[in-house]
Amino acid sequence: MTTNPFDADRPPERERGRRNGSGGSAWRTGDRSRRRDESLMVPDVRFDSYYGRHIVKPAPWKKEIPAYLFLGGVAGGSALLAAGGAIRGYPALRRVGRVAALGAAALGGGALAMDLGKPSRALNMMRTVKLTSPMSIGSWILTAFSGFSGLAIVSEFGPLLIERGSGAKGPGTGLARVSRVLELADGPATAGSALFGPPLAAYTAVLLADTATPTWHESYRELPFVFVSSANLAASGLALLTVPARENGPARRLAAVSAVVETLAFERMRHQLGQTLSEPMRTGKAARLLKASTVLTVAGAVGALTVGRTRVGAAVSGLALMAASVCTRFGVFEAGMASAIDPKYTVEPQRERLERRRAAGVFDDSITTAG
Amino acid sequence: MSFWRNQLSGPTDPAVDAAWQDARPRKGFFTDTSICIGCKACEVACKEWNGVPEDGLDLLGQSYDNTGALGASTWRHVAFVEQTSERIEQARESGRRLVELGMPALRTRDDTSESPSSLPAGGAPPGPSDQGVPDVRWLMASDVCKHCTHAACLDVCPTGALFRTEFGTVVVQDDVCNGCGYCVAACPFGVIERRSGTEGHEKGRQSHGISIGGAGSDGSHQNAPAYAATNGEVKNVGIAQKCTLCYDRLRDDQTPACAQACPTTSIKFGDLEEMRDTARARVAELHQLGHTEARLYGTDEGDGVGGTGSVFLLLDEPEVYGLPPDPRVTTADLPDMFRKAGYAGLAMLGMAAAAFVGRRHP
Repeated sequence: MTTNPFDADRPPERERGRRNGSGGSAWRTGDRSRRRDESLMVPDVRFDSYYGRHIVKPAPWKKEIPAYLFLGGVAGGSALLAAGGAIRGYPALRRVGRVAALGAAALGGGALAMDLGKPSRALNMMRTVKLTSPMSIGSWILTAFSGFSGLAIVSEFGPLLIERGSGAKGPGTGLARVSRVLELADGPATAGSALFGPPLAAYTAVLLADTATPTWHESYRELPFVFVSSANLAASGLALLTVPARENGPARRLAAVSAVVETLAFERMRHQLGQTLSEPMRTGKAARLLKASTVLTVAGAVGALTVGRTRVGAAVSGLALMAASVCTRFGVFEAGMASAIDPKYTVEPQRERLERRRAAGVFDDSITTAG
Repeated sequence: MSFWRNQLSGPTDPAVDAAWQDARPRKGFFTDTSICIGCKACEVACKEWNGVPEDGLDLLGQSYDNTGALGASTWRHVAFVEQTSERIEQARESGRRLVELGMPALRTRDDTSESPSSLPAGGAPPGPSDQGVPDVRWLMASDVCKHCTHAACLDVCPTGALFRTEFGTVVVQDDVCNGCGYCVAACPFGVIERRSGTEGHEKGRQSHGISIGGAGSDGSHQNAPAYAATNGEVKNVGIAQKCTLCYDRLRDDQTPACAQACPTTSIKFGDLEEMRDTARARVAELHQLGHTEARLYGTDEGDGVGGTGSVFLLLDEPEVYGLPPDPRVTTADLPDMFRKAGYAGLAMLGMAAAAFVGRRHP
C-alpha cells in the first residue's frame, strides 16, 4: 500500500454490505437514484445489469425522424381533407390540402434521407419490396403517396396556368388537350392520394413498434391509433390556420373527433404498457412533451369548436393543434429512446414474463436452459 | 398468414428458408465462458482479420473490460464481472432452480438413463465445489453476434443489405447498406450498430503508432474494399456493422478468426448441431461437478429468436453479462402490428368522413 498526499482527501469509505454484497459486479441501477436521499426512498426494484449498460441499442435516429412522423401525419391527413373538400365542394380546403400533402411528404422524405448514415444511397430503399420491413413498406407508401399527390397538384394548378398562358387560343389546340387530360386525372389523383394517406400516417407506428425498443414495441396495439389521430389533428390544425373561416367546418369537426380518439388511445396505451414500461413516458423530457401535447390538444380542440369560426380563433387553435402533434411525436420518440438506454426497461419486463411463463408451467421457450 | 408465422418465429432452418439451393450445414459458435481466461485474443484477432477500426481507448472502470460492449467496431467483446461469495451463492441457487424446473432436456435424461450426467432430484448434487463457495470469482465471457434463427436485423432491413448466408449466418453487405439504422433498434441483443466517425486514415486521437501487419489485405476479404488495404483505414462510416462469422473464411473452410485465436478453446466453432451437443455435454459435466450455476444460453430452438447461432455456457443469469433474459424477435408480432395499423387507417378514414357529414356551409 502506497501513500501519497492525495490520500488524505479520500472520501469516507461507503459502508460495506449495503449493496448486498454485489461486489461491484452487477450494478443495481437503482443505486444511482438511491444515492441522493437514502432514507426517504422506497427501495428500488432490483435487477442485474452489466455495469448499468444498456442491453438493446437505441435507434441512431436524430430529430429528423420524429419530425418525419409529424410531417407524414400532416401529409396523410391533408390528403384526406383535400379529397373531402373536392367531393363536398370546399375549393380552398381542397387546394390547401393538396399543397400540404405534397409539401409535407417532400419535406418528410428529405428528413428521412438526411437521417441516413449514407444519404447518397437513399434510393437503395427502392432496391426491394420487403414485407417484413415496415421501413421498406413505408418507403413504397411514401413513394405512391407522393406520386398521386404530385399529380393532384398538377391537375389543380396545371389547367389554371395553361388557361392563363394561352387564354386567347380556342379549344382543339394541344394545350387545351393537355388541360382536358389533367382534368380527367384529377379524380384518380385525389382518390389515390386519399387512399395512401391513412397508410402513410399509420405505418410510422409500426415502424417504431417493430423494434426491440421496449416502450415502442409494447405499445404496438394502440400506437397506430394515437398516430393516425395525431395526424388528423395536425392536418386539421394546418387547415384551420390556412383556410378561410367559411370553409373550415370539416377541419373543426375533424379536430374535435381526433382529439377525443387520440386522448382515449393514448390513455389506453399508457395503461396497457404497465407501470414499468410507461415510466419513460412519465419521466424526463418525454413526460414534459407529452404533457404539453395533452394541454395543447384539449386547448386546440376546444378552441376550434368555440372560436373556430373567427379567423384569428381558428388560426390560434390550428397552431395549438399542430404543436400538439409535434409534441406527441417527439414525446413518444423520446420515451422510446429512454426505454432503450436504461437496461431496467429491457431486463425487468423480460424477467417478469419469463417468471410468469415458468409459473404457468411453460419451460420450453426460455433462452436459458439447464441442459 | 401461416406462411408469415413460420417465417417469423419458431424452429426452422434459416438458410433453407432464405431459399438457398445449396445450403451448407448451419455454422455457429459455442462460447464456454467457464474456461475463458479473459485474454481478449478473440477481440484482437477479429479486429485484425476484419480490418475493424479502433473505437476509442478509455479506462471504463469495468474491471478489466475497457472495450465496453459489442458495437460497430467491436465484434467480439470480453465481459469481466467480479463477484463475491454472496453473489456466487445466488448464481448457484438460481442455477439449481433452473435445473429443478424440469427443463425438458434434463427430464428426459433423468428418466431414460442412469448416466453420470443425471442429477439427484431435489437436493444439492455432490461434487468437489459443493464443499464451499469461493470468496471471490471473476466471470469472463466473450460475447458475439448471435446469428439468430429469426434475426430481427435481417427482417427489418429495408434495402436487403443484410442477408442470410448459405451457412445460416447473417451478414451485412456494406456496399448496399444506406445506414438507415433500423437494424440497430431491432436487434434484441444490441449487437449491430452504425459506425460513426470520419472516413479515412485514423489520425490524431486515434493514432498510436501501432502498425498492424497485413491484416485483411487479401482480395477475398469480405469487409475490406480495396482502399482499406492500408492499415489504420476507417471504412464504412455511417453503415451498420457487425460480426460476419468470418463469412470470407467460412467460404474457404476456415475457422473464424476469434475461434482460431482462442488459446483455451473457450470459443469453439463448428456445425451448429455439434456445438449444441457439445454445450449440453459440458453443462452436464459441470452440474456433475456441483457447479449448478452453469447454464446454457441460446441452445433451445423454442426460445423467442428460434435459437441462436452462437450458443453460450454462462455461470450466472444472462443479464449479469449484459445479455437479455428473455429476448423475443420483434417481427414475431409483425402481422398483428400491421393488422392494428390497418384498423387505425380505417379509423382515420372514418374520422375524416365524419368530419364532412352535415351542413356544407355553416
